[in-house]
Amino acid sequence: MNRFDYVRPNTVAEAVQALGADPQARFIAGGTNLIDLMKYDVERPGRLIDITRLPLRDITEQDGGYRIGALVTNATVAYDARIKERYPLLSSAILAGASAQLRNAASTGGNLLQRTRCYYFYDTATPCNKREPGTGCGAIGGVNRIHAILGASEHCIATHPSDMAVALAALEAVVQVSGPNGDRSIPLSEFHRLPGDDPAKDTNLAPGEIIVAVDLPAKQFKTNYTYLKLRDRLSYAFALVSVAAALELDGETIRTARLALGGVAHKPWRNPEAEALLQGKPATRETFQAAADLILREAKPQSTNGFKIELARRAIVRGLEQAAAGTPQSQSDKRIQ
Amino acid sequence: MTVQFSPAAGRDRFVGQAISRVDGPAKVTGLAKYAGEFAAPDLAYGVVVSSAIAKGRIARIDSGAAEAVPGVVKVITHENRPATSQKPEDYQDAVAPPGAPFQALASDRIVFSGQPVALVVAEDFETARYAASLVRVEYETAAPLTDVAAQAGESYDPPMKRAGIKPPPEPWGDAAGAFDGADIRVNGQYRMADEHHNPMEPHASTVVVEKDGSYTVYDKIQGVSNTHDYIAGAFGLKPEQVRVLNPYLGGGFGSGLRPQYQLFLAMLAAKDLGRSVRVTLTRDQMWSFTYRSEAIQTISLGADRSGKLTALKHDAVQGTSTYEDYQEVVVNWSGVLYDCDNVALTYSLTKLDTPTPGDMRAPGAVTGVYAIETAMDELAYASGQDPVQLRLKNYSEGDQTEDKPFGSKELREAFRQGSEAFGWASRKPEPRSMREGRELVGWGMATGIWESMMMQSSARAVLGADGRLEVGNQTGDIGTGTYTILTQIAADTLGLPLDHVTTKLGDTTLAQAPVAGGSWTAASSGTAVMKACRDLAEQVFRLARGMDNSPLANVDFERVVFTNGRIEVSGDPSKGVALTDVMRATGTDKLEATGEAAPDKDFEEKYNAYTHSAIFAEVKIDEELGVVRCTRVVSAIAAGKVLNPKTARSQILGGVVMGIGSALHEESMLDHRIGRFMNHNLGEYHVPVHADIPDIDVIFVDEEDKANPLGVKGLGEIGIVGVAAAIANAVFHATGKRIRHLPITIDKILGAD
Repeated sequence: MNRFDYVRPNTVAEAVQALGADPQARFIAGGTNLIDLMKYDVERPGRLIDITRLPLRDITEQDGGYRIGALVTNATVAYDARIKERYPLLSSAILAGASAQLRNAASTGGNLLQRTRCYYFYDTATPCNKREPGTGCGAIGGVNRIHAILGASEHCIATHPSDMAVALAALEAVVQVSGPNGDRSIPLSEFHRLPGDDPAKDTNLAPGEIIVAVDLPAKQFKTNYTYLKLRDRLSYAFALVSVAAALELDGETIRTARLALGGVAHKPWRNPEAEALLQGKPATRETFQAAADLILREAKPQSTNGFKIELARRAIVRGLEQAAAGTPQSQSDKRIQ
Repeated sequence: MTVQFSPAAGRDRFVGQAISRVDGPAKVTGLAKYAGEFAAPDLAYGVVVSSAIAKGRIARIDSGAAEAVPGVVKVITHENRPATSQKPEDYQDAVAPPGAPFQALASDRIVFSGQPVALVVAEDFETARYAASLVRVEYETAAPLTDVAAQAGESYDPPMKRAGIKPPPEPWGDAAGAFDGADIRVNGQYRMADEHHNPMEPHASTVVVEKDGSYTVYDKIQGVSNTHDYIAGAFGLKPEQVRVLNPYLGGGFGSGLRPQYQLFLAMLAAKDLGRSVRVTLTRDQMWSFTYRSEAIQTISLGADRSGKLTALKHDAVQGTSTYEDYQEVVVNWSGVLYDCDNVALTYSLTKLDTPTPGDMRAPGAVTGVYAIETAMDELAYASGQDPVQLRLKNYSEGDQTEDKPFGSKELREAFRQGSEAFGWASRKPEPRSMREGRELVGWGMATGIWESMMMQSSARAVLGADGRLEVGNQTGDIGTGTYTILTQIAADTLGLPLDHVTTKLGDTTLAQAPVAGGSWTAASSGTAVMKACRDLAEQVFRLARGMDNSPLANVDFERVVFTNGRIEVSGDPSKGVALTDVMRATGTDKLEATGEAAPDKDFEEKYNAYTHSAIFAEVKIDEELGVVRCTRVVSAIAAGKVLNPKTARSQILGGVVMGIGSALHEESMLDHRIGRFMNHNLGEYHVPVHADIPDIDVIFVDEEDKANPLGVKGLGEIGIVGVAAAIANAVFHATGKRIRHLPITIDKILGAD
C-alpha cells in the first residue's frame, strides 16, 4: 500500500474541486473495495478524498419514485421501509450480496463503482489489461470459471460483481452525477460499459465526476419480481449467475418485462429484444425459455466457464417463473423457490 | 500395564464434564496474545516480497527505491543475506519429510510461486509494506509443472520414507486376479482439489532480542520445541540462547506444525540487525507454503453377489514439491477398514513446482477415505446392499495391514447409534426416490477412521503452599481445548477445585512435549499431567501421614481420596486433612513433580489403535440449477473416553464443517501456465459460511480403550474424515449422478448429465 494524502471536503462542489483533474486522486466512502485494492497495490491513489461528510445520505421521494443519496449505505437502502414496500427487488438484491458488516459500510455510489473480482485483476504478479493496459488478459486461457459469457472482448473477460446494480438496471434507475461541467443523468444501463479495447474503464463516468444520487423511477414491480443469485456457496460469494426479473401481468399475459443478469458480463446485462419478446406473451415456461435462448444466443464460453451458459439459461427461466408466480427468492431461506 | 485414571483422587469430578474453556475469558476479552501481537521497545517490522513466478531465477533485484524510503532499516535479499547453517539437515524440523527443506533467500533460484524474494524491514509496518511494493524483481522464467494429473505418469516410490508415516503394506492375496474373477466389480478414479489450511490467525513470528543477546521468539507454531530446535540448528545458537513461546494459536490445522518461512526471516533479520523483528504474512501469502495436495486415486473393488469383498485395489499418486518428498497415509485405510483376502495398496509421489505440501487435518485420511468410502457406496448400489449393511458385512475385526487386533473398535455401535439418530431406516434405497417440493433429497453415509497415537511427553506440576496447582508443558493448545482438559485432569487427580489449577502451555521453559498434531495431545500430555499430579499426591500424602497426630497415620495411599482440597480416608471424610494444612504444618513451600508419558510398548506390540466414525448426511438439491444444500449431518464417534463433552463436540463440529467445505466448496485453483494458485484470498477460496452449515448432531459412543491410562484416543482429526464421502454419496442418492471429483460445485452437478 502506497502513501497518500487525505482530504475531507464538506460539499459536493468542494469534492469535485478536490478531485480536479488529478488522475491519482480517488473518492473514498465505505472503502469496502478501495482499501482492499490499495492493500493489493492495484490502486495506488496519491490522494484520498473522503466524501463521507457530503450531504448525500437521504432517501427522498420525487416524481413518484425515490432519490437515494450516494452515501446511503447498502444496509439502509435494503432495510428502508419505503424501499422494502415499494421496490422489494432492490432490497432483495442488496441482501443477496456481501455480508451484514460490508453492507453496513458500503455506500450506494461505491457499490456501483466497485471493481471486478477477477483473480488476475487483483494479482499484480499477473497480466491484466484492466489493471495495466497492454499487458494482456491472464484470465483468458487461465482460471476463468467465474468470468463473462456475454459482451466480453479479447482484451478482458471480467464481470461486474454488484448485485444491487443488476436490480437497478432492471428497475431502470438513473444515476445522478456532478462534475466540473455541471450535473447530468446517466441511465443505469448505460452507466457501466463493456470492456471492448479499453477495459481499464469500467463506467461512462467522465473524469472529475462524482455520483450524487440514484433515482428510482415510479414503476415499482412490487408483486411480480425476483432476485435469484447462484453462487459457489449459499451466501457470501459473488454470483456465477444472477437474475433480476420484474414483470407486470394481465392475468396470464405479460404486459411489461424487465430482465437483468449479473455475473455474466462487464455490466448488468439487459437484452431489449428479449424483453420485447416477453411482452404480450403468456407467462409460461416456453415463453421464458425462448427469452433465455435469445439472450444467450451470443454467449461465448471461456476455457472453464462453459457451464455458465446453461446455468444462465436455467436461471433466467426459473427467475421468470418466480416473478410470474409472485414467489420471489428469499435471501434468508436458501432453498431455491 | 494399565494405570487407573486417578487412583488417589476424588475420581472424575471434572473429567467427563462439559467444562467451558478455561482460556475462554482471555480469548474473548482480547487478553490472549498471539504470535504477531507481542511487542518490544525496539521492534522493527518485516514485510515479505513474494515471487511472481513459480520456476526460474531472479535475474536482477533492485531494492534501491525501497531502501530510499525514510524509515526503512534494511532490505534483505539473496544478494545480501547473512549466512546461516550450510547443512541442509539443520533445517529439518521434527516433522519434516525427507529432502532439503526450503531456505528463504538462499539463492536466486525460484522453486514455487510466492516464494519469498526479499524481506523489507522498517521502523513501522506501514513503511515496510509500502517499501515492499517498490522492490523491483526481474526473472528468468522456466515453464512450471503444477498439474498433478498431468504429472501422475512420472510418479515414483519415495526412496526415503517419512518418519511416522507408514508406507503401504505389502499386498496380500491376488487382488488383480480376484478382481478379474469377481461377480461384481466397481472401478473408478477419484479426485479432490488442492486445499489450503487458512486458519484465521495469520502466520506470524515476533523475535525479541534480549539484553543478554538471547532471543525470545513468539511463533505461530503447534509446538514450541519444533521452532526452538529449528532456530538453534539453522542459526547455530546454543539451546539456552533461544526461548520460544506460543501460548495461543488462532487455528493451525497442521499449517503450524513446521516452522514456516516468516519465522526464519524474522530471526534472520533480528540476528542481523541486533534488534527485535516481527514478520506477519498476509492472507494471500498463506498460499505460498504448505497445502493439502491432491492425490489421483484409483480404486477397484471386487465382490461376490452378497457384497462381500473379494478384491480391493487402491492406488494413489500425490503431488509433492521438487525439494522434499512429503508423504502421508492415503491408501492404507482401505486395508484397515475392510476385511478382504486380496488387497493391493500403492502410493507414489510426483514432483510439482509448488511449495512442499503439508499435514492438513487428518492428512491422508481425508483424501484416501473419501475415495474408498465413495467406492464402497458404489459397491452398495452394485450389489443391492444397504450401505451400512455392506460395511457390516465387510467389517474388519483386526488390522490386516499389520496382522494385529484392534485395541478397541466400537464402529458397529457408531453405525447403530448414528443410523438411529439419523433415521436411516426410513431411507428409500433407490437413487432419485426421495423428494421434497422441487428438491431431490439424498441420504448418504460413510465411515471415518484415524490412527490413535501417543507421543513421548513430559509434564511438570507444582503445588504451592496456598493449595494452588500449576501444571504444564511445551505442547500447544491449537484451539482444541488442551488447556481445559489438562486443568480438569490435574484438578481431579489432586482433588482440587478447577480455579485452583493453572495450566501453562507453549513455552520452551516448560517440560518437554512434542508439537500438537495427529490427535495425540490429549493422550500424551494428559497422561503426563496425570502422572505428575499423582506423584504430587503421593508426596503430599507422605507429608500428611508424617504430621503430628495425623488423621492419616497408618493409612495406605490406596485407601485415601483427594477431594475438595483435602486428603481423606476413603469412605470416612472425618479422617482427613486439607492440603494447605499439610503444607503449613510441614513448613513446605512447594512440591514439584514431573510426569513422563510414553506409548505403552506392550500395548503397541499387541494392538493397533484407531478411532472411528459413522457419518450420515442429508442433502437437498435443486437439480435444474445445480444447487446443493447440506441440510443434516449426524456424526457418531468411537474414540475412547471423552474428557470434556463440550470441547470434544466442538472438535467434531469443526471437523464436520471442514469436511463439508472439502465436499462442496474448498478448491485452490492453479493456473498451470504460471504455476500459481489464483484464488488466493478468502473471498474467492470458498470455505463454508453459516448458510452452508446445517444442524450437526454429534454422538460419542462408549468405547473402552487401554492404550493409555486415561482411555482417550484423540479427537482432533476424526471429525473430518469421511464427511466428504458421506455428502458425495448423498448427492448420488439424490440425483443418481456419481461425481468423483471434489468439490461438488454447480458446474459438476450440471455437467454430470
